[in-house]
Amino acid sequence: MTNSRNIKSFFTALPKNIFAGFVVSLIALPLGIGLALASEVPPIAGIVTAVVGGVLVAVLGGSNVTISGPGNGLVGVVAAAVLLYADQSGLTGNEALYEGYLILLAAVICSGLLMLVLGFLRLGKLSNYFPSSAIQGMLAAIGLIILGKQFHIMMGNRISRNGNLEYLTEIPKTIIKTFYYNDTSLTFAMISGVISLIIMVFYAKIRNKYLQLIPAPMWIVLLAIGFSYYYELVLQLPNPIHPDYMISGIPEAHEIISNIPTPNFNEVGTLGFWAVVLSLTLIASIESLLSIKAVDKLDSEKRRSNVNRDIKAIGFANIIAGFLGGLNVVTVIARSSVNVNNGASNRSSNFFHASFLVAFIVLFSTELTRIPLPALMAILVFTGWKLAHPLKLIDAFKIGKEQGFIFLTTLVVTISIGLIEGIVSGIIATALIHLIINKSVLPFIRNILKPNVLMFKETDTNNYYVSVKNFCTFLNFSKLKRKLDTIPETEVAIIDFSWCDFIDHTVMENMSDYKEIFRKKGGTLEIIGLDLLDAGSKHPFGLRKILPVKKMLESTGVLTNRQELIKTIAKELDYNYMVRRKIETAYLENFIYFKTKTINHTYNEIGKKNTVFKVFDVEFYEGEFIAKEVVRSTMLYTEIDHDLPIFSIHREGLLELLYHYAGFKDIKIEKEPAFSKKFYIKGEDEEAIQQLITPELAQFLLENPSFHIESNGKALLIFTKERLAGVSEIKKMKVFAGELRKIL
Amino acid sequence: MTHFGTILTGIAFSPNLKANVFETLRLGSLLNAKVVLVHVGEKTKEKEQQISTYCDAFPEFKNQVSVIWKRGKPVAVILTACKEQQANLLILGATRQEKLSKYYLGPVAKKIAKKAPCSLLLLIKPSVERIPCRHIVVNGLEHPKTNNTIQASFEFASALGANKVTIVEEISQSEISIKVDDDKSLEESTLLQEQILERESSRVSTIINGIDDSLKKDIIIKSQGIFGTRGYSIGHYAKIKRADLLVMNKPEKSTFWDKIFPQDIDYILSELPTDVLIIH
Repeated sequence: MTNSRNIKSFFTALPKNIFAGFVVSLIALPLGIGLALASEVPPIAGIVTAVVGGVLVAVLGGSNVTISGPGNGLVGVVAAAVLLYADQSGLTGNEALYEGYLILLAAVICSGLLMLVLGFLRLGKLSNYFPSSAIQGMLAAIGLIILGKQFHIMMGNRISRNGNLEYLTEIPKTIIKTFYYNDTSLTFAMISGVISLIIMVFYAKIRNKYLQLIPAPMWIVLLAIGFSYYYELVLQLPNPIHPDYMISGIPEAHEIISNIPTPNFNEVGTLGFWAVVLSLTLIASIESLLSIKAVDKLDSEKRRSNVNRDIKAIGFANIIAGFLGGLNVVTVIARSSVNVNNGASNRSSNFFHASFLVAFIVLFSTELTRIPLPALMAILVFTGWKLAHPLKLIDAFKIGKEQGFIFLTTLVVTISIGLIEGIVSGIIATALIHLIINKSVLPFIRNILKPNVLMFKETDTNNYYVSVKNFCTFLNFSKLKRKLDTIPETEVAIIDFSWCDFIDHTVMENMSDYKEIFRKKGGTLEIIGLDLLDAGSKHPFGLRKILPVKKMLESTGVLTNRQELIKTIAKELDYNYMVRRKIETAYLENFIYFKTKTINHTYNEIGKKNTVFKVFDVEFYEGEFIAKEVVRSTMLYTEIDHDLPIFSIHREGLLELLYHYAGFKDIKIEKEPAFSKKFYIKGEDEEAIQQLITPELAQFLLENPSFHIESNGKALLIFTKERLAGVSEIKKMKVFAGELRKIL
Repeated sequence: MTHFGTILTGIAFSPNLKANVFETLRLGSLLNAKVVLVHVGEKTKEKEQQISTYCDAFPEFKNQVSVIWKRGKPVAVILTACKEQQANLLILGATRQEKLSKYYLGPVAKKIAKKAPCSLLLLIKPSVERIPCRHIVVNGLEHPKTNNTIQASFEFASALGANKVTIVEEISQSEISIKVDDDKSLEESTLLQEQILERESSRVSTIINGIDDSLKKDIIIKSQGIFGTRGYSIGHYAKIKRADLLVMNKPEKSTFWDKIFPQDIDYILSELPTDVLIIH
């Protein structure tokens, strides 16, 4: 039944997916060729990668609307490896490059095997636990590497240098040189590159229905081919662009099949080979994971991708791609977003994108040689620039100086030494900074192996409650993540960090992602217990560290997310919000509940003069000296304009701590047996309380059983739990109090 | 049947002495048990005098108390005394970590705790004044010892006048065999979670039904399934719920692997969430 419905919905969605696949293939064609050329491998390798990836990941993968193909993150590693092996081959020119390419294919196959193994060991998500800022820094470095190298070709000035840094520092030189070209064919090459770059930059800014029908890279291809035909057919002149700067070596379809290269496994025994394999695997999985995560947020049906299955599919696709002469297959974000924007709803669009690529090559492969290289490289320069945009660094610094430092360390090391070294230095920098901030290594050593996450379903509300202890950073985030992943996003989850002394940026950022996913799927994820932690910066993702008690009382000025939300509630209600603690708490002391407790202060208060409600967090303790227990809870206080008896009503088992009501009787309400059975009512003046419990009130309380209500004769105190309440809980409390006031 | 006929504790002349002795005597009188105080070291007039003054504070219970003076290594002396006196319950005090409000067992106490032939009560903050014990958390593991442990915790709850007992079933990750990868497996794993919770809670309620009603009088009984690492998460739970006493099974004899990897009891001993009672 469901199966036949699935098949039916698959076929109804087919036209949309075919269209999305077509649009994506328009980008994938130039990008695939460009990435292959930038990687120093035959241009067709990029197309082979996209076709193999598109077909296999569509069939075997576990994500829904992603596109797979050659990734820009790998360009640097691949090019470096090909050039290195080309040098070692003892050959020269294109033959040497081809030798390097054959060895690289072996590395691609091995990295595919490695990914497959990681996938089966469920370790595919391992790179999820690298510090966020280190990953950002690495991506920026990859962007700079691409930009640095391709910029020169885009300007018609092909150069060959040893280090990535030199390519970057020579950019001004190349720009100056373009003004002194003697050869007009080079100038034409440069102009084609610059115009293409302008198209890439301004395409997104021009909102024209017809213009947007075709993606920018395809416009570049069409214009370039049109330009070439204009010279050939109209002016009857040869193409003015230097032949060295035209794409060459695009074989006919039948040649591709007959000339499948044979990977060269001669280097398998060397360490260097495995360093390449490791780099390829690392980037391929990081790029894929980041893309899958990002695309899941775009998915209109809000599905959760099976990341592990995707990693396995990508690993398998890598092996096949390697044997057919392709590069590493990765999940790519830019093509995937185009896919989603064009209405893709399932994996079939990935398959169609591959099919259209095959069709293009079969039908138009000779036309592709009409495209100038600088035009293609402009596309890559633009992607590189987007990866390495200076705003990324500024953002990192906004989150915290230390994040900026981690970002820069990773970036510099990646560019100047290498990728693995870069990411390792980022991890070390992060760990060192955590040690410096905490001024001690002990809390980490002592607690790293200890399980620090507890999850349970609160029996009265059915909320998921997750408590995290000790510290929570990129080192042990997996423990929290494993628990969070088992909570359906349609439920209410409360994450309590109040027993946590230190939380890093990676965790904060991931928590914010979780929050968004929960919100989109109709649930809520609330974070509590951060109010006591000192924020490293004003940014919501900044790391948090427990404050020494004295400092806590002086407001740091940086609000936590919960505090910000409380502030918003206050604004909605036109109330004032006061973060600072208040020690004037005498008005609370005559409630029965506080008879055996000492109030320290209230804080996070919302209220206003002359309004009836006041909501605040209150910190109090029970017992004295060594038995002292500090408790924090969120309560609502409301004054009633007529006299009430002194009483306390709560449902059986509601409070975790039961207290002694010296001198108070337990009252049975005979006329409301259902109510009386479920609730405890205590008070002195039995007669008045009997009168107070009207059928209406009893019914109302039965419907809203999770609140504890107290009266001191003049005012009511309402709260739910002996812990801080989340923002949605505060809202519920407010609604409840409003209704209750009406009834009373 | 009572679990706690004879209570034994080691005493040393430290600032905590009075609190330790008071806690032990008070517990002895509430549980109606014999109390043996073991002092390791020289017996002097003053010391004897001091202890006798403390005992005077419990006039009706005084004749149930005996004091043993013995020289030797603390660990050996206490363990031998436990055997000789056929103690059912050994009380040990915890140490407080400087600055941080975390409690753990000192090295000597830890050695004793691991070898003790009887039940253990680890007190994190002994007090001269009585601090009421209101909420007891007890493990509800699926294990032959659990029945006995829950029985003992109700004896304790009833003797100490606690108002609430929560039986916690720790469900470890390995029990939820379905790995969450996508929406479908999430649904399956949620379903499995519910089934496990239900199964656990019905198992626990059978155990509770078998306990004498007189012990359950005036006590709110709650059953809670939690997800986390076995032996550790229950401590975390007791901490966030601010329980006054945590009752646990004594762990199995350690195998070779347990010596390398920390086992349940190590977690609890290295960071005491509250007073802990380990039932032998």
